[in-house]
Amino acid sequence: MISTAIDVLTAEGGGMPPLVEPGAAGSLALPLVLVIALPALGAAVLLLGGRRTDAWGHLLGTATVVGSFVCSLWLFLGILGRPEDERQITQSLWTWFSAGEWTVDLGLLYDPLSALFLLLITGVGALIHVYSIGYMEHDVRRRRFFAYLNLFVAAMLVLVLSSDYVGVFLGWEGVGLASYLLIGFWQHKPSAAAAAKKAFVINRVGDIGLSLGVGLIFFTFHTTSFDEVSALTSEASAGVMTAIGLLLLLAACGKSAQFPLQSWLLDAMEGPTPVSALIHAATMVTAGVYLIVRSQFVFEYTDAARTAVAVIGTITLLMGAWIGCAKDDIKKTLAGSTMSQIGYMVLAAGLGVAGYAYAIFHLVAHGAFKANMFLGAGSVMHGTNDDVDMRHYGALQKAMPVTFITFAMGYLAIIGFPGFSGFWSKDRIIETALAENLVLGLCALLGAGVTGFYMTRLMLMTFFGEKRWEDDVHPHESPKVMTIPLIVLAALSVFGGIMIAGDWIKKFLAPVTGEGEAHHLPVSPLVISLVVTVVVAIGVAVAWMLFGRREIPREAPTDVSPFTRAGRHDLYGDAINDVLVVGPSKQLTAGLATFDRAVVDGGAMGTASAIGGLSAVARRVQNGFVRSYALALLGGAALVLLALVAVSFA
Amino acid sequence: MTGFQAPNVEWLTLSPLLVVFLAAVVGVLVEAFVPRAQRYAVQVGLSLAAMVGTLVASLVVFARLSPTADEAELGRVVAAGAVAADGPAVFTWVLLSVLGLLSVMLFAERKVESGVLTFAGQAAALPGTEAEREASTRGLSHTEVFPLMLFAIGGMMLFPASNDLLTMFVALEVLSLPLYLLCGLARRRRLLSQEAAMKYFLLGAFSSGFFVYGLALVYGYAGSMGFAQIAAAVSADTGSRALLLGGIGLMSVGLLFKVGAAPFHAWTPDVYQGAPTAVTAFMAAATKVAAFGAMLRLFYVAFGGNRDDWLPMVWAVAILTMVVGSVLAISQTDVKRMLAYSSIAHAGFLLTGFLGIRSLDEVAPGGLTGVSAVLFYLTTYGFTTMAAFAVVSIVRDAGGETTHLARWQGLGKESPLVAGVFAFLLLAMAGIPLTSGFTGKWAVFAAATAAGAWPVVVVAVLMSAVAAYFYVRVIVLMFFAEPVGDGPSVAVPSALTTVVIAVGTLVTLVLGIVPGALIELLGNVGVFIR
Amino acid sequence: MELYTPILALMVLALGFAVFSVVVSSLTGPARYNRAKLDSYECGIEPTPQAHGGGRIPVKYYTVAMTFIIFDVEIMFLVPWAIYFDELALFGFLAMLLFLVNITIAYVYEFKRGGLDWD
Repeated sequence: MISTAIDVLTAEGGGMPPLVEPGAAGSLALPLVLVIALPALGAAVLLLGGRRTDAWGHLLGTATVVGSFVCSLWLFLGILGRPEDERQITQSLWTWFSAGEWTVDLGLLYDPLSALFLLLITGVGALIHVYSIGYMEHDVRRRRFFAYLNLFVAAMLVLVLSSDYVGVFLGWEGVGLASYLLIGFWQHKPSAAAAAKKAFVINRVGDIGLSLGVGLIFFTFHTTSFDEVSALTSEASAGVMTAIGLLLLLAACGKSAQFPLQSWLLDAMEGPTPVSALIHAATMVTAGVYLIVRSQFVFEYTDAARTAVAVIGTITLLMGAWIGCAKDDIKKTLAGSTMSQIGYMVLAAGLGVAGYAYAIFHLVAHGAFKANMFLGAGSVMHGTNDDVDMRHYGALQKAMPVTFITFAMGYLAIIGFPGFSGFWSKDRIIETALAENLVLGLCALLGAGVTGFYMTRLMLMTFFGEKRWEDDVHPHESPKVMTIPLIVLAALSVFGGIMIAGDWIKKFLAPVTGEGEAHHLPVSPLVISLVVTVVVAIGVAVAWMLFGRREIPREAPTDVSPFTRAGRHDLYGDAINDVLVVGPSKQLTAGLATFDRAVVDGGAMGTASAIGGLSAVARRVQNGFVRSYALALLGGAALVLLALVAVSFA
Repeated sequence: MTGFQAPNVEWLTLSPLLVVFLAAVVGVLVEAFVPRAQRYAVQVGLSLAAMVGTLVASLVVFARLSPTADEAELGRVVAAGAVAADGPAVFTWVLLSVLGLLSVMLFAERKVESGVLTFAGQAAALPGTEAEREASTRGLSHTEVFPLMLFAIGGMMLFPASNDLLTMFVALEVLSLPLYLLCGLARRRRLLSQEAAMKYFLLGAFSSGFFVYGLALVYGYAGSMGFAQIAAAVSADTGSRALLLGGIGLMSVGLLFKVGAAPFHAWTPDVYQGAPTAVTAFMAAATKVAAFGAMLRLFYVAFGGNRDDWLPMVWAVAILTMVVGSVLAISQTDVKRMLAYSSIAHAGFLLTGFLGIRSLDEVAPGGLTGVSAVLFYLTTYGFTTMAAFAVVSIVRDAGGETTHLARWQGLGKESPLVAGVFAFLLLAMAGIPLTSGFTGKWAVFAAATAAGAWPVVVVAVLMSAVAAYFYVRVIVLMFFAEPVGDGPSVAVPSALTTVVIAVGTLVTLVLGIVPGALIELLGNVGVFIR
Repeated sequence: MELYTPILALMVLALGFAVFSVVVSSLTGPARYNRAKLDSYECGIEPTPQAHGGGRIPVKYYTVAMTFIIFDVEIMFLVPWAIYFDELALFGFLAMLLFLVNITIAYVYEFKRGGLDWD
């Protein structure tokens, strides 16, 4: 049945997309569930234990994630020693639903893809937990913070370990909830509450995509587990596959802040900085990329959806870079850059077999260097009384040497300085994009140049130039518990590129992402690398001309170009969302509510006066309203009859 | 004229109903003869015993269900064709017994009102008069609520099991009349409560009128009250279609009113808000079970033959109900009203399951029929909503329950446990995975999708996303907002309410994690007999 | 539909009779009004716009009225049962006994709780 579908294969005419064919359960060194159970247990103890756990809660929270990381490492070493075709293992936990054909087995799937994610989530997660011990030291609700962080790690692990779309959905909702709780963690700030709400609402749009996508998968294939779906996708019609692909893309856009659902990510920076580093840079926002790569057996059968993925990625990478150029808030600049870098990953994922592995490579590399920079930004804020305006920094490299050095490593990685991890990962994406589609490739190249510009601007405004901080601010280096994670992450930013040595990551991921014949460019990769480096250098140089040599005003200039103004306003993402989503739904609610009050309700008014003891008034009011209720009932009855008659005689 | 044949009455099969009704009648006698001081204890004991008794009897009947002639169906028609004791009916008996048992516990709660029931001390006394104050100072309580509730439960159990139009109508009235009364018996905010009872009564009577008119038309069409005969007439397509369609339309108005589907939902918020919270909990959980059970039987058994005629109407009602419930809930500022609109939305989700496949032959092996899916959803929703209202009943201030949402701000600080439980229940209603709300939604959506009703399912998914918004808003309010003024306080309830909350929450959790056994059970019972 | 023809005929007949008697009496009868004639009820008691105590009728009135209805309905069942008493035999007897007992229980409740005390 599979052989008959060969002719509907991808344009490249490469091999079949690989099926998810996990081996027997129980052949792992450790029960997989342990990886999830540790942080979940931590969250449970911290949340239920209450104030009794205040004294040691943060230590427990950190210990569970570190334990989880050790397990992940152990598992990883375990599968490294296996032959390539035995690297997919499932362990089923329990049958969630079982009614004949409708069976959902809650199982865990461990394969090269989830192995890398496990290392990223628990590794970066553990470092950020350690960092948070210092960062949140003076917060009275530190225990709760660690509980939420643990909850997040557990949910994220469920997301990447599930062997079933329903399980992914479970994790998807879980990380959404944790992210929501953490963005709004400093609830005393109205802006934090508003940002949390916005993240929630916009993520719901993405979640609808996932629900409908999973629903359509179930409707089409009568199963939602990866292995069964992957075996069946070759038979489905192209239209259905495109619909599934687009719905999954919508889901990815919501979670990964891709155009047009990007606007929540900038506001999400209201959360504590470790949260921004863990959730809104390294892990959760990459869940969309995970979903697309994991669903390669869907996207390989729909060129249309895959093209949409690549285009969305390209648009977002340019938008994110643009926003990054215009912001003065250090965290928002980094958020714009996160958006942009995820755009690169989505672009790579949209390029199909040739790009999946590079998307994951960039994802892992980015997870390290972006977490590094966010934590660095947190360290800067720590030393400057939680100021986030880069115009109030300047000349911090002397006051905070460790932060400066480690941040610089992240900076060099993200702009793609030769030898650093970002150089290797971004280079491969641009190269593949140029080979597949010249326009997308050139956009990606342009993005690299802009990245060089805005990151240099950030560096110059923060660490160089004249000091611009207030007299009562005394910048100081952060404690060791915060700098050591920075140092580790900085090392990873420098040496992360080692994963691509000998195309290791590509080969390692091949059982999941497949191996296809990539297009080859007429010029050598070395030339491309050179071109990319030159473009980045131009960006850096321009930034230096503008910000390194001139004095930077403490107040943001207002007479700026329309481009800057648009960037400062997040490219009007909010306005667009308001017009397209928020406005109409508000009006619908208001309209319905007015109808309900004026025509059939009024109970609230009747109630208020009744409580006031104005029984005579209430009696009259009450009669009137029952009459209108009855009228509504009568009208409804007429409609029902009309519907029946219409259907019957239609 | 043929001689009269005394009908055979299957006492054992009918025992769950008989136990409840007998206990209710005895309860009336208790009110007449037992001195006031001992009535509470006697009534509570009697009601608890009755509910446990009917639970045991229902389980026995359930275990003894035997296949009918054609093997696929379980159960049999008893009481001269008036009652069908088949799988779905007996399952609702079991479910209603458990929900009824929990309701008795909620009704019996006295600790939160410092020693008296949460029902009016003297319902006949005008609010705000000397007589009312006197009743209050003497610590009077209307223990009549217990027999009233038992009558309602008896009606509810008969409703989905009734196998002819007349029995169905009688059951409808037996379940409705005590509810109208119970709604007006709140101890606090009595005018609001009486207003609710009045509205519910008038509109309920109005909708009963529709139901009975439709019943007459269907009788005119089929020439019989029995569902089997009606089904035969529908299949043979004899008689006037106008009569049949009119009958279906008007009867569905009566039933859709009871389940609170739009556009017949207008009473729900007012009544849920005004009624004593224990009664609201009972109504929200048990009435839905009974009304949906009856609706399934009427439409699947009697009108199964012309499914194509009424299916589009149910599509439209389901979509409208979900939209109205979910969207209007957003703008609510009162917890009970919000839960009322949420119950409207849930009626829409249940109607989605109603669109599922009817017979086992068409469904994929072991798959879910519409009946199984709806019964499963009813189980999940019944326990969740009962626990949620039980929580509402213990969040109080000096004026009684504080249901205004603004007063719930910062409840998470005041009582993390209660707020946490309530948050969990709200998440379940929102359909977040690992709660029964998710598995329930999954079941009805899967059943509807399999029957090709995917547009309704798409709306349902969209609306669950909208609905999640207002549930989470309450959670945020409880945990992320500073308390206003003194803030809410949580009354420490007696073991009775605690048990209700604990059981409801536990079932919500368990059915969310391991729903398999129940789904499988429902897959095996899920067919009506005629 | 033929089954409904007599009902239709009856309705027409009833309507016709009502219209006929009202029209004919207004045409032929003498029109001499006095105060008693203009009252809603020609029973000598003046209807008051508001009953005693602000538009409310004492609740006791309703309990008596409802008791009346209960017995009324009881008769409705008793008469056909009595006609077919022979045929219904012991089953009918027991069933009716059960019905009467139930009604009596409600009556006992009302009596014991003072529903029949006027003051």
